[in-house]
Amino acid sequence: MAEQVVERPAAPVSPGERGRLWRRFRRRPMPMTGLVLVVAFLVLALAGPMLTRDPSAQDYNAIMMPSSGAHPLGTDDLGRDALARIASGARISLQAGLLSTLLALTVGIPIGLVAGFYRRWLDPVVMRLVDVVLAFPFLVFAVGLAAILGPSLRGVVLALSFIQLPQVIRITRGEVLAAREMDYVAAAIADGSTDGHILARYILPNCAGPLIVQATVAIPIAIIGEATLSFLGLGVQPPTPSWGVMLTTAQQYLDQAPWLAIWPGVMIALATLGFNLLGDGLRDVLDPRSGT
Amino acid sequence: MTPVLEIDGLVKHFGAGRGQAVHAVDGASLSIAPGEVLGLVGESGSGKSTVGRCILRLTDPTAGTIRLDDTDITHLSRRALRPLRRDVHIVFQDPYSSLNPRFSVGRIVGEPLRRHRVASGRELADRVAAMLERVGLAASLSRRYPHELSGGQRQRVGLARSLILEPKLVVADEPVSALDVSVQASVLNLMTDLQRDMGFSCLFITHDLSVVKYLADRIAVMYLGQIVETGPAAEIFASPQHPYTQALLSAAPVPDPVEQRERSRVVLGGDIPSPLDPPAGCRFHTRCPVAVERCRTEEPALVSRRDGGGPVACHLVTGADVPDLTAI
Repeated sequence: MAEQVVERPAAPVSPGERGRLWRRFRRRPMPMTGLVLVVAFLVLALAGPMLTRDPSAQDYNAIMMPSSGAHPLGTDDLGRDALARIASGARISLQAGLLSTLLALTVGIPIGLVAGFYRRWLDPVVMRLVDVVLAFPFLVFAVGLAAILGPSLRGVVLALSFIQLPQVIRITRGEVLAAREMDYVAAAIADGSTDGHILARYILPNCAGPLIVQATVAIPIAIIGEATLSFLGLGVQPPTPSWGVMLTTAQQYLDQAPWLAIWPGVMIALATLGFNLLGDGLRDVLDPRSGT
Repeated sequence: MTPVLEIDGLVKHFGAGRGQAVHAVDGASLSIAPGEVLGLVGESGSGKSTVGRCILRLTDPTAGTIRLDDTDITHLSRRALRPLRRDVHIVFQDPYSSLNPRFSVGRIVGEPLRRHRVASGRELADRVAAMLERVGLAASLSRRYPHELSGGQRQRVGLARSLILEPKLVVADEPVSALDVSVQASVLNLMTDLQRDMGFSCLFITHDLSVVKYLADRIAVMYLGQIVETGPAAEIFASPQHPYTQALLSAAPVPDPVEQRERSRVVLGGDIPSPLDPPAGCRFHTRCPVAVERCRTEEPALVSRRDGGGPVACHLVTGADVPDLTAI
């Protein structure tokens, strides 16, 4: 007849635990490699364009030159400095990755919170809509959006955030469903808290871990997405230097100037790898349930 | 004097899909007078916690009425209910999930004061410190976080939170069953002292009769969503009438080993039947050692005994001569 109490692990992070989590994170080589790559990418995107030449300046005496002292990564078909264009492209990638993810979080978290907390009719409706969006081929949607808005960074960001939305909503809702059953939420109701207060101070902070992980996983996907759309001519337009745009040009000159394709490709790979390693590390630390 | 809490015919069914329903509470009635401690006793799955959660409107009852201090709260909206929450709070069983891991102890205990705008700033901090000391914790703990505390300390924090507004009624839902036995005793003593000093009414929910023996003024015994016997605590312990109460009492060990060895016991077979499909007639007949044919078909009402004791829901007690179970 004895009632057993299953000891549940406390929610992933509480303020006093941060130091311990950081020490656990720092000891692992892969997440630290990811952190270094991400920091390098951020420095390149933020400081790079200020330190390099004008990415649009053409030098007709140096067309498709291999790397040299003046142009460390060589020049493209119009005599523009590849390093300067890589740095400016990093800025575009960063904008596409961060803005689309932020937009998806800003829109998705409130929807997930409300659907998971109130359930009733809203929850099934939202979840079916999420299924519909998930079933939508990304490129078809991006082409449609480009047709409406005209190909631009704005269209890329909107399309990328739209495809991230279902994941954000699903993760938030799932976490809310678990958190709302905790006794501390019942206690908050007994304290006389309003629903808004409970959502903001009890539910949301206790779903933050998986959402941070989701964000770091979504950013590299968005970076690749931006490169893909720009490569196909649906995103950033020349002469703006996006890594995808640079690849489009480079494929015409693969024989004469392979470095024009190699450097943007390497950059996309490294930036994506960095965020993915970082995200995996954060997931291990913040979200023990999905542990490997 | 109007009762602090009056529950009448409370029913709570949880939908279980395919048209089935879990009959968690099925027509329970009870009342608590000001300053009274009522022990609500029953085994796992008897619906006692659901009664407690309905009182706080943490779940909405299917039928019946709940009156707090003569206000019918059964159908009040969450907004209309909020000001009334100053007078009721709850202590939970699991000290690990009942405190928000992201709030400091001081924040947790002070939340009721903030939510009802009773105190702020210096005054709030002072009241939190005073309350912490009252439950036997150092005021300096208010800067700590729940994960830094032991189970007993956490439960004291939960107690401080529920008492800081000096409510009229506290629902204590198995407040000590997750704690070590040594800690149980000190928390129970603390609750006894606080109840005597502050004079709140208390619905003390437990599966362990020995826990409420010294704390409760009255006891209500619950089985499968129904109350089968109520009465003054001393009377229930001295002469339990319902066969289920007798079985519960004999399941609690007696501290004297000689007496424990000598006494005859009523041992129940099997588990509590599924609340998805409660037995017809008396719900206890499937496990009752003295059930007769009538128990299988006719549901006994909770009626007062002929000798004037607390009401019992048993045909054998209220209808014919009381069988002496211990003689079997």
